[in-house]
Amino acid sequence: MAKMMYRDAVRLTIAEEMERDESVVVLGEDVVGGMGTDGGPEAIGGIWSTSTGLFDKFGANRVIDTPISESAIVGAAAGLALSGKRPVAELMFADFIGVSLDQIWNQIGKFRYMFGGKTRCPAVIRMAYGGGYNAAAQHSQCAHQILTGMAGLKVVMPSTPEDVRGLLRTALRGDDPVMFLEHKALYAVEGEVPDGDWTIPFAHARQVTSGEDVTVLATGLMVGIAEAAAEAAAEDGIGVDLIDLRTTSPLDEEAILDSVEVTGRLVIVDEAPPRCSLATDLAALVANKAFSSLKAPIEMVTAPHTPVPFASELEQAYLPSPDDVEAAVRKTLAYR
Amino acid sequence: MQLSRDELIQAYRKMATIRAFEERLHDIIATGEIAGFTHLYCGQEAVAVGVCEHLAIEDKIVSTHRGHGHCLAKGCDVTGMMKEIWGSREGLCKGKGGSMHIADIDKGMLGANGIVGAGAPIAVGAAMSCKLDGEGRVAITFSGDGACNQGTTFEAMNMAVVTKAPCIFVFENNHYSEHTGFEYAVGTQKDIASRAEAFGMKVWRADGCDFFAVHDTMREILEYVRAGNGPAAVEFDTERFYGHFEGDPQNYRGEGELDRIRETRDCLKIFRQKVTEAGLLDEAVIDELNEAAEADVDAAVEASRAADRPTAEDVLTDVYVEY
Ligand SMILES: Cc1ncc(C[n+]2csc(CCOP(=O)(O)OP(=O)(O)O)c2C)c(N)n1
Repeated sequence: MAKMMYRDAVRLTIAEEMERDESVVVLGEDVVGGMGTDGGPEAIGGIWSTSTGLFDKFGANRVIDTPISESAIVGAAAGLALSGKRPVAELMFADFIGVSLDQIWNQIGKFRYMFGGKTRCPAVIRMAYGGGYNAAAQHSQCAHQILTGMAGLKVVMPSTPEDVRGLLRTALRGDDPVMFLEHKALYAVEGEVPDGDWTIPFAHARQVTSGEDVTVLATGLMVGIAEAAAEAAAEDGIGVDLIDLRTTSPLDEEAILDSVEVTGRLVIVDEAPPRCSLATDLAALVANKAFSSLKAPIEMVTAPHTPVPFASELEQAYLPSPDDVEAAVRKTLAYR
Repeated sequence: MQLSRDELIQAYRKMATIRAFEERLHDIIATGEIAGFTHLYCGQEAVAVGVCEHLAIEDKIVSTHRGHGHCLAKGCDVTGMMKEIWGSREGLCKGKGGSMHIADIDKGMLGANGIVGAGAPIAVGAAMSCKLDGEGRVAITFSGDGACNQGTTFEAMNMAVVTKAPCIFVFENNHYSEHTGFEYAVGTQKDIASRAEAFGMKVWRADGCDFFAVHDTMREILEYVRAGNGPAAVEFDTERFYGHFEGDPQNYRGEGELDRIRETRDCLKIFRQKVTEAGLLDEAVIDELNEAAEADVDAAVEASRAADRPTAEDVLTDVYVEY
């Protein structure tokens, strides 16, 4: 077991996979940092420090610093993947998928299907998402709700350093495009990570707390928020079955349905706005497949249907809080 | 230097205000009193002011993530901006946008932008609107050497040429995009202007640290564009005195680089030297203008500290559709 930060788990895993497999290459804006300056390569080493040292270790052919050109970054990842490489492209902020959307939506996500299954496209697109930094509407958004809605993409949202390790290995060894969403407020979070070369399969949810009264579903940063709520509820003897989905596509339906079958009550926590979202999708799944188990209406704790605001007071009100989740847990339990 | 004494005073006062605004923000951000990503414009004042001094309120500008200077040069209120950066509900955008998204449509300031390269197409649209109105108005987009690598910027340049939109592409080459050097990221090596030229535009180049060079160049460009010749582009060579964002350790900078550019490439110093040597303004007047700018910023900071904070209900206002 080693203790490490979420951001270090990203960097270490990429470095190890690059060593293991020569076809793994990294590309993105400032992933080297300092190119073309007096300070020289590695002066910075990535805006999130998730690629520091990779250039020095693997050289310019495998760690490719790019201009600010997201379309070309994702498109180049597509081309690299179609010709035998395993690119790991960094988009810096998830918000910037907007600039590269055609390459994600119409290209990378569709190759396998359109080409009749005759191709593989092992591109991992990493990006930092989410709020909490007063970074305002264009640097704080979630992207999982959009990316999960696109047929053809796998979407991963690790909430701990351990999950980063296991899920990123799976992403880098698989043959399909993976959108790897790292929550920017988790980068500095530390956690124990088991040694050895193990992986976490996709569609394999993690039970965070167990209980028989209410099921709570969460991803990414929201897992910690929901855990705080579960702990508070436990003081009143309320048992919360908190499930970290870890991947939204593919989805561990079984874990969700099994839990709801026991508890009969469901709270979904999602950082994205509520319309056409992960929350509504999960609610529909449970309503459709576990209707007879439900003892109360499904509760959704989400951001409001607005862009992410700037000011601290507004952002705090915007993001789901442990109190919001606890209130939803109590509300569903009060329903008779 | 075809400027009257009043015009010189006004131009310097604006540059000094931007400088005071940014230097003050730099100090305050270090204390943690203000939150959020802030990109300071310090060092590039001559570009914003040299460009905007020619513009009327009806002319439009579209800005970048480094937008404070453009906003102030186009006439946005110092206190309204400071309150916005402070996250107050009395701010220019009610505390919802913050540093990267300041806008004041009534002043012809169509917004700073957190998405690099997003501004150029918007400016082309604004320029088309100016053309439709037929009153000789123009739209200006400011872009960095980094933003010139975005497809959006390329597409905007071509579309402006095709539609003969009165759009002026102002490229501020401060040699860095975040922590990457211009020589590495811009494949033409030489410059940005030659790219714009390849799209079929007439281009200019000038020293962005010399207010008079910027101002004279813009006079020519505006004459050309207002006469209905379609778009134009200009590349100004300039300097960024602080990091990419506040908190950037800047270890990609060369030894002594920051001291050197402060010493030899400071547009305020260069302005002062030129006007005093030419006997147009004396040192005491410049000092007074600096003091007046500091006083404006003092007042803005004080007002921001005392201003109303937003509340949870404000999250739900100004949305197109409420659920
Ligand atoms: C689409 C997009 N990609 C990346 C970023 C991150 N980013 C913000 S500013 C910046 C550098 C911009 O450089 P330049 O255009 O030269 O402007 P300068 O910062 O020098 O003023 C980058 C990469 C962003 N905000 N938007």
